[in-house]
Amino acid sequence: MPIVVEHLTYTYGQGTPFEVRALDDINLHIGDKEFLGIIGQTGSGKSTLIQHLNGLIKATEGRVLVNGIDLTDKSANLRIVRQSVGLVFQYPEHQLFEETIYKDVAFGPKNLGLPDEKVKERVHEALELVGLDANTMVDRSPFELSGGQMRRVAIAGVLAMQPQILILDEPTAGLDPRGRDEILDQLVSLHERKSMTVVLVSHSMEEIARVATRLIVMHDGKIIVQGSPREVFTDAQRLRSIGLGVPQVAELMQALQQRGYQVPPVALTVGEARQAILGLSAKGAGGR
Amino acid sequence: MSILRSVTIGQYLPGDSVIHRLDPRTKLLLSFAFIVVLFVVRGFLAYALFAVMVALVANAANVPLRMLLKGLKPLTFIIALTVILHFFTTRGGTTLLELGFLRVDSAGVLQGVFLALRLVLLVTATSLLTLTTSPIALTDGLERLLAPGQRIGIPAHELAMMMTIALRFIPTLIEEADKIMRAQLARGADFETGGLLKRARSLLPLLVPLFISAFRRADELAMAMEARAYRGGENRTRMKVLRFSSLDVWAVIVSIAAFAVAVLVGRLA
Repeated sequence: MPIVVEHLTYTYGQGTPFEVRALDDINLHIGDKEFLGIIGQTGSGKSTLIQHLNGLIKATEGRVLVNGIDLTDKSANLRIVRQSVGLVFQYPEHQLFEETIYKDVAFGPKNLGLPDEKVKERVHEALELVGLDANTMVDRSPFELSGGQMRRVAIAGVLAMQPQILILDEPTAGLDPRGRDEILDQLVSLHERKSMTVVLVSHSMEEIARVATRLIVMHDGKIIVQGSPREVFTDAQRLRSIGLGVPQVAELMQALQQRGYQVPPVALTVGEARQAILGLSAKGAGGR
Repeated sequence: MSILRSVTIGQYLPGDSVIHRLDPRTKLLLSFAFIVVLFVVRGFLAYALFAVMVALVANAANVPLRMLLKGLKPLTFIIALTVILHFFTTRGGTTLLELGFLRVDSAGVLQGVFLALRLVLLVTATSLLTLTTSPIALTDGLERLLAPGQRIGIPAHELAMMMTIALRFIPTLIEEADKIMRAQLARGADFETGGLLKRARSLLPLLVPLFISAFRRADELAMAMEARAYRGGENRTRMKVLRFSSLDVWAVIVSIAAFAVAVLVGRLA
């Protein structure tokens, strides 16, 4: 189920004095089973972009095609698209509303008109997918959970729709490091085990470097750099100039290179950097 | 979604026009006077004069006419209802139309159109006030105007504070509602089809989170105010003290002259 975005432009408040061009001629192709990272400063248009991908916002100009369906077409069946493109908003726990976790996660599948048996199956599966024990949790109120758990219940609410593409807008915002790691690990395993296409929006380079296979960098409503994390982080200067910077390990590699050590220009993980540095000392001081 | 964004009542359009620079107290009092005169005066000629006044002020304030008329949208139903009721119920003059038990008299038509005009003028004039006065200035002005009432137990400061906070949170809550609506739409919620009962029920996934977040915000705000040792009215000084200028004097003179003409024209008719 590929997503194709062609010459997408979106203007907020068109025709009023508050007119703002949020997206400017975006072209993007998201292939099957991709793990795409979208980075950019606050206000760079990333949240606006992803809401186009399941038809919540209609493009001012250009087209968005999901599996061949043109979302800008008036007759497009958006409910079908919204079922296959799951969208998790920022702070998704703010959308919880039911008395029990079960009912809240079941909201999506019920809207799909599934029979009770199927709904139950999906609720349990979705809760397990986000690492919550369905059997002990279903009858509890979502409002007595911790922040991290609430967020996972909310994400389960989207997963219960069984989308083929999962889009998440800053899913780790405001979580502690442990909660953040858990969510990221679950995303990676969803991507691998369920071979789901995942689109992750974030402003944390560290996070994106760890999980994404391809990156796009947004600035002022435009895509300014795209490619593999390695390619993108090579141009650290450019990223810094728009206030983003590169992950710390990549920065370390670049600092070493500047001092004349022969290391690869980019490392994405601490392990990789360690290897490179150990390689240096094996070669002795001659590495310099 | 776009429904929520089109709410213009209480919206402020930043600017630096003559009207923007008037003291909020002047604008409040003149708007109030405008409403009183609007209800006292009769006759289409006087109302035409009022319409010209509104248009002139809007022009001076650089408020596009379209923006002003957009504020009428939510009232279309009430205005239409007023017109229709008067068409069919007010008797007098010549009979224009007779359809079974329904009868439209000329007096009814005149009365209906007149009252519709009154509503339109009422809304546009008050939107002009909020479009050209920032909410902070507005409540500040209101507080100062109500201050003498403190002696007879009107909590002027508290009222103004409550209004400031309420106004401040309208856009926030609209935005929040918009966001929650989108989130639930993404989960397959349906806010648009079905009968009245089904539609009312379908709003639950929107209203419950909205209430929860409103309470959370209120709680956080109270805490933040308390942390900065906020304590109501007495002895508080302000960073911006309101002062009348010659501009205000002129505004009052021009307005009173215009009101006087309107009253005269209304009498003659």
